[in-house]
Amino acid sequence: MSIELKNISYTYMPKTPFEHLALDDISITIPEGKITAIAGHTGSGKSTLIQHFNGLLKPSKGTILVDGVDIGKKNTEAKAARRKVGIVFQYPEYQLFEETIAKDIAFGPRNIGCSEDETQERVKQAMDFVNLDYDKYAHRSPFQLSGGQKRRAAIAGILALQPKYLVLDEPTAGLDPKGRESLMEKFRRLHKEKGTTIVLISHNMDNIASYADNVIILNKGKVTMEATPEEAFSKKEIISQAGLELPEVKTIMNELAQNGLEIQNNAYTMDKAVEEIIEALRRKGKC
Amino acid sequence: MLTDITLGQYFPGNSPIHDMDARVKIVLLFIYIVAVFLFDNHINYGIMTAGAIGVVLLSGLPVGTVLKSIKPLWWIILFSFGIHLFSTPGEPIFKVWNFVMTKEGIIQGFIISLRLVLMIATSSILMFTTSPLKLTDALESLMSPLKKIGFPAHELAMMMTIAMRFIPTLLEETDKIIKAQQSRGSDIDDGNFFQRAKGMIPVLVPLFISAFRRADELAIAMEARCYQGGVDRTRMKQQRLHDVDFWAGGIFSVFLISLIVVQFTL
Ligand SMILES: Nc1ncnc2c1ncn2[C@@H]1O[C@H](COP(=O)(O)OP(=O)(O)O)[C@@H](O)[C@H]1O
Ligand SMILES: [Mg+2]
Repeated sequence: MSIELKNISYTYMPKTPFEHLALDDISITIPEGKITAIAGHTGSGKSTLIQHFNGLLKPSKGTILVDGVDIGKKNTEAKAARRKVGIVFQYPEYQLFEETIAKDIAFGPRNIGCSEDETQERVKQAMDFVNLDYDKYAHRSPFQLSGGQKRRAAIAGILALQPKYLVLDEPTAGLDPKGRESLMEKFRRLHKEKGTTIVLISHNMDNIASYADNVIILNKGKVTMEATPEEAFSKKEIISQAGLELPEVKTIMNELAQNGLEIQNNAYTMDKAVEEIIEALRRKGKC
Repeated sequence: MLTDITLGQYFPGNSPIHDMDARVKIVLLFIYIVAVFLFDNHINYGIMTAGAIGVVLLSGLPVGTVLKSIKPLWWIILFSFGIHLFSTPGEPIFKVWNFVMTKEGIIQGFIISLRLVLMIATSSILMFTTSPLKLTDALESLMSPLKKIGFPAHELAMMMTIAMRFIPTLLEETDKIIKAQQSRGSDIDDGNFFQRAKGMIPVLVPLFISAFRRADELAIAMEARCYQGGVDRTRMKQQRLHDVDFWAGGIFSVFLISLIVVQFTL
């Protein structure tokens, strides 16, 4: 089971002088149970792409299958399939509107017809998950929160829908480094504990290196790579053509290799890099 | 999608019409519209239509775009056509119950529709070929004689500039918020009037909050740059007349004189 895009093209403002082909013949698969990262320069079409996953945008061409169901259809089966996908937009805190945080998080579950008990249960779980203490915050106004807390409250609003596929559009943009790390850890926990499939849009290649199972690189509306991180980071050309940078660890390893240290150079996370370097030094007989 | 709206949108370009001074464009348009409603000679309608078509061709705008600008007012045009069709006395050609359609009615209805179409089409050419900034600058400068009697020309122009600057931003924002709430399962297009009105709250609240936030930020940014009303302000871009404006004035004068000659001699 997966989200499958077949030959998707999307044009903004067709038949006007502002016509813009934002997605050009994209075919990708988002496998269930994995963390898939989508990377690309600003304007490469990442946000446009993910809005197709739950039918917010209708492709100009092509079809989208969620767990094998064509979500472009108008039947209840297609509607159910669209609801399997939850999207956390960029700067989600701007969608908060209710008087209290609990009511705001309850908006989604109520819309999809959860009972009152079920809704309350989901609100509690979601708040707990993003580390917002229910007793302390549930009945406060979301507009009294700090920036990072607002972000977490808004994310809880999507988590309460309990989507099978969770799509995150640059979830850590504008947060401080500590906030970024703890938020990413929460998503990783969600993935581990509940098996939620995660699609992560990110600029931050270090983040992608440490979390993703698959990487999709977008460049000017085209997919230029769909690979494992290991394979993706070994193709420096494609990465830099897309206006991206290699993870810091990978850059350092490349430098070491160039300067004559005989490492395997497959590592892109800190831990693996340390292993590789130690092994290389051992082979050289220096350790 | 909301952002697909082209009403009053500027299409950048390098045509002579784009290059004209906005003040000249506004004045000529004003005279043209007065002429459209003043002259009632059939040959003159031909000349005025030809003039409008000439300007569209010169501007390099897609003809379809200009025609589309008439669409929002299509019903008004049809309505006034219908009224004239049945309310003009003359030679009857068709009768339904108490309503008599006359030959004069058809002609009159056609003329009224043509006048409306010419007016809308030429006004939208002004909007399509002039950036909002130049447009408000021109309005300010045309209204500035009124400053002497205490009319806040600069302040009004500034308000218009800011409003126009933020229309696309707010549309984009509305679009984003609607999508975000749809992702949370809200059905904005479903249900009866009250359900839909209620469905607007999750969109309107964040929209107002963000509009106020933007207004606040803009006010602070303007104050930080010591902005102070219209007294003794100079412009970064001086409005100057160029060759193209004199050409336009000349051609328009010939156009106007021929209208007058036709009107009073034929
Ligand atoms: N609502 C819109 N109307 C017109 N063009 C748009 C709209 N949204 C995005 N675009 C254009 O589509 C392209 C892709 O944008 P987007 O998907 O937001 O990229 P990314 O998320 O990768 O930064 C950009 O060139 C952008 O200007
Ligand atoms: Mg984006």
